[in-house]
Amino acid sequence: MVTRALPLPHVRSRARQILPGFGLSLGYTVFYLSFIVLIPLAALVVKASGLAPLEFWTLATSPRVLSGLRVSFSSALVASMLNIPIGLLIAWVLVRYEFPGKRLIDALIDLPFALPTAVAGITLTTLFAKTGWVGNLLEPLGIRVAYTQLGIVLALVFIGLPFAVRSVQPVLEGLGTEVEEAALSLGASWGQTFSRVILPQLLPAILAGFTLAFARTVGEYGSVIFISGNLPFKTEIAPLLIVAQLESYNYAGAAAIAVLMLGLSLILLVLANLAQARASKVVGE
Amino acid sequence: MKFLPTLVITSLAAVITSSALTQSNTVTLLNVSYDPTRELYQAINPAFSKTYAAKTGKTVTINQSHGGSGAQARAVIDGLEADVVTLALAWDIDAIADKGLLGKDWQYLLGNNSSPYTSTIVFLVRKGNPKGIKDWDDLVKPGVQVITPNPKTSGGARWNFLAAWGHALKKTGSEAGAKAFVGKLYQNVPVLDSGARGSTTTFVERGIGDVLLAWENEAILAIREQKDKFEIVAPPTSILAEPPVAVVEKNAAKHGTTEVAKAYLQFLYTPEGQEIIAKNYYRPRNPSVAKKYAAQFPKLKFFTLRSTFGNWRDTQKKFFTDNGVFDQIYQPR
Repeated sequence: MVTRALPLPHVRSRARQILPGFGLSLGYTVFYLSFIVLIPLAALVVKASGLAPLEFWTLATSPRVLSGLRVSFSSALVASMLNIPIGLLIAWVLVRYEFPGKRLIDALIDLPFALPTAVAGITLTTLFAKTGWVGNLLEPLGIRVAYTQLGIVLALVFIGLPFAVRSVQPVLEGLGTEVEEAALSLGASWGQTFSRVILPQLLPAILAGFTLAFARTVGEYGSVIFISGNLPFKTEIAPLLIVAQLESYNYAGAAAIAVLMLGLSLILLVLANLAQARASKVVGE
Repeated sequence: MKFLPTLVITSLAAVITSSALTQSNTVTLLNVSYDPTRELYQAINPAFSKTYAAKTGKTVTINQSHGGSGAQARAVIDGLEADVVTLALAWDIDAIADKGLLGKDWQYLLGNNSSPYTSTIVFLVRKGNPKGIKDWDDLVKPGVQVITPNPKTSGGARWNFLAAWGHALKKTGSEAGAKAFVGKLYQNVPVLDSGARGSTTTFVERGIGDVLLAWENEAILAIREQKDKFEIVAPPTSILAEPPVAVVEKNAAKHGTTEVAKAYLQFLYTPEGQEIIAKNYYRPRNPSVAKKYAAQFPKLKFFTLRSTFGNWRDTQKKFFTDNGVFDQIYQPR
């Protein structure tokens, strides 16, 4: 394996990169992304195109599919929003305070990443069903969690939590306390310091966490089917409809619902990214 | 650069070993089956291997794969190289046949519509039967909660649905009457799990519902494990479920296992195979074995899919495709 260094070409149309290996690494990136992301997605769209446009439209606007999409998207939205303050609080505690067991709690955050989602779903259902430890306390109060949309939201909060914490945490670490101290010494109240000094700097990270959590949870299947009860028009999620299509060997129908979800998610993600870019700009100024 | 020679030697060794294995007297079969048959085939496989070795001197290793019936059929269609499939309903094997992996006449190749055993749908209720559930009609009463999975995602649940439909059709004498009955029944379903095991968990572990529609063999197993908590109620009539088996001809031909795969399925029909089937609480076909184990099964009258609905292909289309009868009984509220 002896490679002789060739004399560098003296003509370069593009501006020279300072770091070497640009071509190789970019080529690898493009290849890898195509292989892992684009080709499967393209295959999905091809499968979905097995349906005529009219069939696609009929399926996409059928009340059952619309209801499934509503349940999936609204639950993911609510769960990701709930995760913003919770995630911020946890990140804050982990970054700003020293206490025994901090490492342990820090490691605990990643548990929802590691746990198989089905296990998470079954565990939550066991706890929150009327026979469960938590469920039998809530039931007399008239609060039903398992087998309602509340249960779906709960599962998604669990799944999305690490994203909310881990996006904010490093930014908070890098922030330092000097600016806050300056704000306080210049006479700002605690509330003002938080809302006008700390929060704006964290906003891009918070939005990124929200986006990640949302993207991860909107298509969540494994944990949700155990706790949702899967009642049509009530707690039936869109991914379950995809599975139902597959069970009747209707690959095109399954792909069509998947493409629909993909499209909707894409629109929401673009919006979130735009918001994030705006927030970063504000911080930059 | 010692890596490359090592790699070459290892892969050569692997090739030699594997070819040595295929030349010897060992045959491997892959049986792709549905969920509740785990214990059944765990008992069948060693018994068959023993008989087959005694007859031919060849050693058979049988690998099992279990999952939802529909998902298993899809796996085979998508390339899981099953030599035999043993699924919950004929429609799933029809779907494999549609892809040309076996002949469309598969159901005539073995006795009893290629179903070596039958089962049925019964009710599992809580001890003492507090809601007094005796027949299908009791399931549509207000205040009764019924647990059954979604027939669009579960093969077993399709038998549940058809059993209820068959009862109502006979009673009301009209399709409209049957549809109204089944619609009312599913109004009483508070949790629609995606599979049969999920429904059992909901009923047994979570304490939800008054009655679980269950495979007879699963219900008997549940009773054996928790005698003080549940009891079985057999409705006067129910459907005769006929879970079918077939050789996946193309895969078997490719593996050179056609003969042993056939012998494997035929073994299920032998008195020995039928005994194992009965011991696992499936209803055997063989009359004398059936007589011997009659005491363990509740007595009820059966109607068959064929007599009430025709074939699976049309039944599937009418009831369980998009906007089929099952979708129609769920309307947005």
